[in-house]
Amino acid sequence: MGAVSPFGVGVPVLWESLLRGDTAVSVCEMLQAMEGMRTHVAALVPEIDARSIDRKKRRYMSNMSIYATVAAREACAAAGLDESVLASPRTGVCVGSTTGSTQETEEFFESFVLERSLDWMKSTHFFKIMNHSCASNLAQALGVRGRVLAPSAACATGTVAAGTAAEVIALGRQDVMVCGGADELHPLTVAVFDTLEASSTGYNERADETPRPFDRDRDGIVCGEGAGIVVLENMEHAMSRGADILGEVRGFALSNSPESVAHPSVSSMASCLRLALEDAEVAADAVDYVNAHATATLHGDVAEACAIAEAIGDACPVSSLKGHLAHTMAASGVLELIATLRMMRENVVIPTRNLTNIDKKCAAVELPVEPRSAELSCIVKNSFALGGVNSTLVVCKGAYDG
Amino acid sequence: MDDATVVKTINESLATEFEIDLERMVPEAHLIEDLEFDSLDFVDMVVVLQKAFGVKLRNEPKVREIRLLGDLHKLILEKKRELEQQQSES
Repeated sequence: MGAVSPFGVGVPVLWESLLRGDTAVSVCEMLQAMEGMRTHVAALVPEIDARSIDRKKRRYMSNMSIYATVAAREACAAAGLDESVLASPRTGVCVGSTTGSTQETEEFFESFVLERSLDWMKSTHFFKIMNHSCASNLAQALGVRGRVLAPSAACATGTVAAGTAAEVIALGRQDVMVCGGADELHPLTVAVFDTLEASSTGYNERADETPRPFDRDRDGIVCGEGAGIVVLENMEHAMSRGADILGEVRGFALSNSPESVAHPSVSSMASCLRLALEDAEVAADAVDYVNAHATATLHGDVAEACAIAEAIGDACPVSSLKGHLAHTMAASGVLELIATLRMMRENVVIPTRNLTNIDKKCAAVELPVEPRSAELSCIVKNSFALGGVNSTLVVCKGAYDG
Repeated sequence: MDDATVVKTINESLATEFEIDLERMVPEAHLIEDLEFDSLDFVDMVVVLQKAFGVKLRNEPKVREIRLLGDLHKLILEKKRELEQQQSES
């Protein structure tokens, strides 16, 4: 596992910050400076030193690729993948982002629109704005020779990438996949949610109190950035090289809600959850914890709580990490999965930060407000995205037979 | 801008862009063999110099003949003199 989160570089700082109940949200000058922007808070990755990435690889990278590369190096080192495994044609990359670099696109058009001239176009522009920039740059940096996939499903990208990678391995096409999601914050991302009336606007003076998933006083999303990367591997391949197996992807479901691009559908979400459990051959009452997508929007949190209650029941604890991390977009699925894998290892449930008064409409599920010890053998991770995408992973402890 | 400042500006802007120690920016340095430029760096070198000096070089055929950093110094100084001449004539 490897993480670049708004808390900084590395899984340890992510985990320790979550355990303490910290927030990564603060006032963001870039947003304050924009005319008409109502939300002024965000969760940015602290400045990181990228010089450990060779210049000739780094010159194609915007921040999202740098985050993905730094996170992937941590993940590969922790997984004990040596260069021979990384260079095998049986090892691939499956990493997505919401879009290519908007910052880089903006820089290109800044001169292009004024002069209609290509005189200022650098050779590296295109490599930062491709739909598969993160995957391609990461594969180049790691020296990967196998498949390169770049699923893009906005806020669900991370879990879609992990689920897709698991299926590629299950099909026998690759033995190892370095997978996850990454994004860099641009005001355009925040503006999208601001325009849709889905961003948090009432806590600009109290940044640490937002977002508030499942809380009565929640008022929307806070945007963030980062990268979450995990190494998925064929079980026999992992066991044969003595890898430290953190969990087994037992089920994956990916579905669409045709009812709306933006409005959540309880029946669609519940259906996705049921499909994932069927794929995993896990009974609903065997699920020990659900790591929710819950971004603190008025409708999304209620719909997800109702869907979980319908498909899994009201007994197992549910929490969202958006209160700590904000919504790290394409990175969120795997960053939160990484935190959940640590919860499984430590047998503790991290509660939702800023959940002070549970919204009655969300109370159909068990929502812890304090850290809780619990034997977590089987977890569910949800991600949902604008456009109608539902994505659910079921992960069990390595030796789980339930 | 005098000639020494032009050379200093070239060296500093390229050293910054391509992360090269300034001590290595000597006239006899071969851009490919010593400074490890590749074809993409040549493209970006032109953009960097255009920004530093406010001149258009993208379609300048002589850029393709540059081998040593000293060749680049000579080319930019030549362009500067051409510009100065044009300005004095107009």
